[in-house]
Amino acid sequence: MSDSAAMIPILPRPLAAGLGMLPLAPLGYPLSTLMRRVIARNPGLIERLGPYRACRFAIDPTDLPCTLLLHPDPVRAHVSVHSRPPEAEVRIAGPLAALIGLVHGAYDGDALFFSRDLVIEGDTSAALALRNAIDDAELDLAAELALLAGPLGRMLDPLIDMVARASGVSLRRVEQNG
Amino acid sequence: MAEMMELVCPAGTPAALRAAVEAGAHAVYCGFADETNARNFPGLNFSRVELAESIAHAHRHGAKVLVAINTFPRAGAEETWHRAVADAEAAGADAVILADLGLLAHTAEHHPGLRRHLSVQAAAANPDAINFYAETFGVRRFVLPRVLTVAEIAAINREIDAETEVFVFGGLCVMAEGRCSLSSYVTGRSPNVDGVCSPPDHVSYEETDGALAARLGGFTIHRSPKGAPAPYPTLCKGCFTSEGVTGHVFEDPASLDASELLSALADAGVRALKIEGRQRSRAYVGQVVRSFRAAVEAVAAGRPVPPGTLAALTEGQAATSGAYAKTWR
Repeated sequence: MSDSAAMIPILPRPLAAGLGMLPLAPLGYPLSTLMRRVIARNPGLIERLGPYRACRFAIDPTDLPCTLLLHPDPVRAHVSVHSRPPEAEVRIAGPLAALIGLVHGAYDGDALFFSRDLVIEGDTSAALALRNAIDDAELDLAAELALLAGPLGRMLDPLIDMVARASGVSLRRVEQNG
Repeated sequence: MAEMMELVCPAGTPAALRAAVEAGAHAVYCGFADETNARNFPGLNFSRVELAESIAHAHRHGAKVLVAINTFPRAGAEETWHRAVADAEAAGADAVILADLGLLAHTAEHHPGLRRHLSVQAAAANPDAINFYAETFGVRRFVLPRVLTVAEIAAINREIDAETEVFVFGGLCVMAEGRCSLSSYVTGRSPNVDGVCSPPDHVSYEETDGALAARLGGFTIHRSPKGAPAPYPTLCKGCFTSEGVTGHVFEDPASLDASELLSALADAGVRALKIEGRQRSRAYVGQVVRSFRAAVEAVAAGRPVPPGTLAALTEGQAATSGAYAKTWR
């Protein structure tokens, strides 16, 4: 884990601007598929979310020109990508590396809150439930992407590493032993 | 080499428990996902199945698991707390951490083989109180309130025949624990019965022009200027204006860090060191436990405690040695 919140990498502006030029709507399909797969493989995640599974979570990477809207309810789980802040019960905002680092157990949510790198607005209970559920799930986004890609998964490894190098955002889970 | 003090570490989830064990915890404390424990937050804590699996995992790696059932039962609902004690014993818990007199009596009578620790929530802060709990309910270890100096802890240890455990890192409760009703006045809910101080469904944040306002029960209790560290939304760390003076009425937002006092605490006869933070992530648990494991090993070997690297994890990004070396303002 990073000793200092100041070490959180910020997405390079040209890269963020380039991503901002992509059409956002088509990104929702693969992201929804990824989330459904994560939910199916980690039933404890939804159990920990409890009643807050019905909430809409706006995940706002502050160094990206878009916001993700997560609706984790297993019955109709989906993700959509928006250029303007969408209506949601909860908004969780911070640098992309911090948000992904929370998923991977690289950062502590309270520490990011203390340092003001993470902003929570809306239903605080739902935000806590999501954070705790994800922390317990010990997810590895790179591994999930590889599983999603099936036989082509192994071929994704160099691409994932290249994106991580270019963006400064670690897409793999950090080993806690050290 | 002196006997190593036991490191008692927090876990709010099975993943955090595994992180604590891997990082070198001698013991891990945790609780059920209900109002029987004092960290009853959404998405946190253990089901019965998770607890049994986690205890088995800890035991395979040589660590103990202590189950906190440390709120005060509601009249007429004692069965919930009784069942928690029975389930903790059935899951293989090494001890239960209790606060309520009635629950202590019930546990001593119905689960005599289950080791009993007294929670900080019971606020036993003098030899008379400790000896009463030890003699009446067979309590073996006492978690001391965070209001005592090292000299006072040493004096207590000289007059009791039981183990003491003290907090060394994490959120700093500055009140007489188990007696504090500040949160109740604003939210109608109490850490002592409901298991939540500043329940999150009463907390909201609003950022305006970079300044972060924290509200509890609709009252603004703290406003952090742009770029300034933010505290937990608790009344005791709130910042208020009265008669033209703005300040922290009870205590500045800061976390406890007693790492520099570990040798003194060992000399004072302390048996176990507790890290606060069941509501924190597995990243926090792993890093803090690794740091303190190195520290207690150093103390036991008579070496200097390695310098701390935990500042970024502290509330308000500030640390204090709390009451252990307190100079009251």
